[in-house]
Amino acid sequence: MSKKFWETLPQGSVVLEAGSSAKFKTGTWRSMRPKWIEENCIQCMFCWMYCPDMSVKVNAEGKREGFDYDYCKGCGICALECPGKKGNKAIVMEEEGK
Amino acid sequence: MTTKALKLKELAKGEDRFAHGHRMCAGCGAPIVVKQVLMATDYPIIAANATGCLEVSSCIQQFTAWKIPWMHSAFENAAATISGIEAMYRSLVKQGKLEDKNVKFIAFGGDGGTYDIGFQALSGAMERGHDMMYICYDNGAYMNTGIQRSSATPFGADTTTCPAGDVIPGKLQNRKDLTRIMAAHGIPYVAQASPANWMDLMKKVQKAFEIKGPKFMNVIAPCNRGWRSRTDDAIALAKLAFETCYWPLYEIENGITKITAKPKEKKPLVDFLKPQGRFKHMFAPGNEYLLEQAQAYVDAQWERLQKEAAFWGEE
Ligand SMILES: Cc1ncc(C[n+]2csc(CCOP(=O)(O)OP(=O)(O)O)c2C)c(N)n1
Ligand code: SF4
Ligand code: SF4
Repeated sequence: MSKKFWETLPQGSVVLEAGSSAKFKTGTWRSMRPKWIEENCIQCMFCWMYCPDMSVKVNAEGKREGFDYDYCKGCGICALECPGKKGNKAIVMEEEGK
Repeated sequence: MTTKALKLKELAKGEDRFAHGHRMCAGCGAPIVVKQVLMATDYPIIAANATGCLEVSSCIQQFTAWKIPWMHSAFENAAATISGIEAMYRSLVKQGKLEDKNVKFIAFGGDGGTYDIGFQALSGAMERGHDMMYICYDNGAYMNTGIQRSSATPFGADTTTCPAGDVIPGKLQNRKDLTRIMAAHGIPYVAQASPANWMDLMKKVQKAFEIKGPKFMNVIAPCNRGWRSRTDDAIALAKLAFETCYWPLYEIENGITKITAKPKEKKPLVDFLKPQGRFKHMFAPGNEYLLEQAQAYVDAQWERLQKEAAFWGEE
């Protein structure tokens, strides 16, 4: 990230690049890490719908994939809302760095 | 434009119009509300945002999470800002200087920016009849500046400006019922929604966008910092708010009230209050009267809403 001084910023605080927040990786905030257990996943997409940080990956076929750890803040909403298969969660939270 | 099908598998293939990298706290309810609102439709959208957590954390210097044209000017004037943009758009189209692309206009504001300081601008924009939708994400306090009480803060809640202690037991007043106040403006569409009931929320957005004129939607947006709860329970608490009838899901279309979803069984309000630290003192021995008073208010509001819907035959 290059440091900008106010003189070099666009006038009127205009930001011309849509979605430029993606350049700021919030994944470093995480203290808990969600782990996806594919065999328990029923592809319900609840985790995707409820993620506040758009960090649940879905492929072009609409199939759920892993997490985007560059942005996931580790809140754990996905793990709490995941119905899983036969009572076995497809997302569990683990301590980061373990 | 055909209304977008609300199938999760299909929706998940689409592109978000609110990007990751925003700096709302982990587990915040507000970005969930925003992403669902923007996902409900493919119409081009232009938004204004009142100062508050959402605005402050979604656009910092050169980093913006918005993938739609978005404007922030101040705390108290999001409704005036978007109404001006809408009026300019209409004028340019009329003058033949702009092709009409059926753009939809939204203002987002927190409860402080909506119920309190932005209320005059909101009321004025609604009365003038702009073709816009105002969406309040209600987290029940001025969160961005450190949890000060607002007129949306529920009775009994502990905030930094109504601290529960020896002098007062948290907030002494009930919430202002803004949704009904907006309905009293006689605008064509008013609704209350929740991100936990995403389908209901998105249907309301879709319906609103097909109606010309001013629309208002109030959406509960759990805030784990201010509610003193866990980072993983935003959706769980929004569900409990619905199940206890603390936050009923309904709409008022052309004056006709309809409850859009009813809990199978109305849970006691304590189920919603208990997991939140801001209500902790209400569970201390001797404070039972606080819980009773809070429950009585929710019961009365729910009773009234049901009667209103029944009057229109729209239970
Ligand atoms: C006129 C004015 N007064 C005060 C402030 C300081 N201020 C910035 S954000 C904020 C609180 C916003 O509360 P709310 O609208 O409830 O949104 P939240 O932060 O809870 O999402 C305040 C008081 C301001 N920016 N402008
Ligand atoms: S919530 Fe759980 S079961 Fe559903 S898609 Fe996500 S990981 Fe799979
Ligand atoms: S303080 Fe509350 S509303 Fe503000 S970003 Fe954090 S969780 Fe969200």
